[in-house]
Amino acid sequence: MGVLSEELRARADELVARYPLRRSALLPLLYLVQAEQGYVSREGMQEVAEILDLTTAEVEAVATFYTMFKKAPAGRWLVSVCTNVSCALAGGRELYDRAVEELGEGAREVTPDGLFTVEEVECLGACDQAPVVQVNYCSYARVDPERLRALIAGLREGDVPAPVTGPKPAEHAATSRILAGLGDDRA
Amino acid sequence: MPEFEPVITARWGTESADAIDGYLESGGYGALRTALDTDPGDLIETVKASGLRGRGGAGFPTGMKWDFIPKGGDAPVYVVVNADEGEPGTFKDRELMERDPHQLIEGIAITAHAVGCRTAFIYMRGEFLHAARQVERAIAEAYDRGFLGRGVAGTDIDIDVVMHRGAGAYICGEETALLDSLEGRRGQPRLRPPFPAVEGLYRSPTVVNNVETISTVPHIVERGADWYAGLGTEKSTGTKIFSVSGRVERPGNYEAPMGTPARVVIDELAGGVPGGKRVKAWTPGGSSTPFLTDDHLATPLDFESVQAAGSLLGTGAVIVLDETDCVVDAALRFTQFYAHESCGKCTPCREGTWWLTKILHRLEHGGGRLDDLVAMQDIGDNMLFKNFCALGDGAVSPIHSSLKYFRDDYVEHIKAGGCPMGERPAVAAAEPREAGTTGVVELGEVLR
Repeated sequence: MGVLSEELRARADELVARYPLRRSALLPLLYLVQAEQGYVSREGMQEVAEILDLTTAEVEAVATFYTMFKKAPAGRWLVSVCTNVSCALAGGRELYDRAVEELGEGAREVTPDGLFTVEEVECLGACDQAPVVQVNYCSYARVDPERLRALIAGLREGDVPAPVTGPKPAEHAATSRILAGLGDDRA
Repeated sequence: MPEFEPVITARWGTESADAIDGYLESGGYGALRTALDTDPGDLIETVKASGLRGRGGAGFPTGMKWDFIPKGGDAPVYVVVNADEGEPGTFKDRELMERDPHQLIEGIAITAHAVGCRTAFIYMRGEFLHAARQVERAIAEAYDRGFLGRGVAGTDIDIDVVMHRGAGAYICGEETALLDSLEGRRGQPRLRPPFPAVEGLYRSPTVVNNVETISTVPHIVERGADWYAGLGTEKSTGTKIFSVSGRVERPGNYEAPMGTPARVVIDELAGGVPGGKRVKAWTPGGSSTPFLTDDHLATPLDFESVQAAGSLLGTGAVIVLDETDCVVDAALRFTQFYAHESCGKCTPCREGTWWLTKILHRLEHGGGRLDDLVAMQDIGDNMLFKNFCALGDGAVSPIHSSLKYFRDDYVEHIKAGGCPMGERPAVAAAEPREAGTTGVVELGEVLR
């Protein structure tokens, strides 16, 4: 039994067909695995290797290079706090500490209820909105401790606040589906 | 100075311009029709004559890059758009794609026609979920209306655009690392030569251009090389988006002619430092460009003038620190960034960024000594121009420039056994800008 569902296995072929060379679909296929499992497992990498006719080592070398591929289960809501200079000037580092504190046990890996993972990230290209927090890659602007609390409370209660642009974030696995290139029906 | 009209941000004030009907209403895809009726060689000459230079940081002449593509070869030619914006302080490409994605698509189609490319790729930064959504929608609309696909705009020219997302790696903004990543590998830079124009994607001739660069192309085709060359300075023509952030009243993207003085960008466009404080340090083009000081605020922001002042224009990302901010801390944070983002291929960059982080950390947090300043200078010397790509060079920028201009600050840190500056106030949280508004102000007033 493979990691990818029958549907995603078929979509994998579609993704491969977009490129002149099969291997170019490696990043998209790793996102597919993440859409299925919430992270990129060894079995997932083996399956991607089979589809693309690569070795598992080749796939693993790539998967471990990129920060958006999670090597362990992540929370339903991935909270990314930028602490690079423009955000740090606006309190980004304190905000990150606050997020870790607020979510408590397991915040940096995954909280026991499976809801949250907090990560400190590099510049998100939104320095005019500093400090920036992304939830599953949807940006929230000028997040002060109070807005952070409201954001976390909203996510907990299923009342997700609207980001600065675009629709509300999808859950992490569903977001990985978008990142794989399977379309974005939230548009 | 004549009245200045924004060029590539002109549609930012019009909310509907991000969808195809709004784009067409504002004259969109007219340049593509003109381009398709024009000989590709003439298009390349036009872009050359416009003086347009790459907006991704290096400033290489765009027309020349296009002209390097071998003519009449058997191998397919590729156009790859570098939408992997990640240079700290830079956020222009994101906003260009969110607010005016069709301008980019039109630019891609024109570029593809000019260099004889059938399939173009957009390498989109993975974290740019909304920008990607906007560009994907624009691609679909462009196919739907016949501006992409088979027989573009009723001609016999075929152009496809494929969106490809990165997965979190700053290094993939480096064009050869980007190509490796697009081929499904770790994003690590390649040895050059061969340059991508000769052996790029899949070892085929490839043009890699930045989003801002390509977004400018339709305007050059529409209004002519002479018009564009008349904007900006003689050697740095046209307009540039300056991303201003840090200690300013109105952080944002501001389009202005090349050569606009830093003081105008910081004080007039971005509203100056809050509370009337003094500018202490600023970057002209992101974290990879050496810090300048308040002595350099008269510097015109164009490639030549910024270089003459001892820094680089880079991406035009102006990060402002005021007199209450700690330059040592900023250098530390930038260096942590480079240590994290170094791909590890070249020893000077991989090891140098790691050691610099250790040294800066003890200078900022206690335990620093005078020897450290010598060691930092030395490590920087050993990193500069000794790597496959420019990431290692960029990492040296905050080091050498902070030692040059803020040596006293380092000495004070050593004497005090850590940062003597104490708690610094965070930038006050303001309401984010409404969607559909724009950071562009009336520059005509400012420049007169």
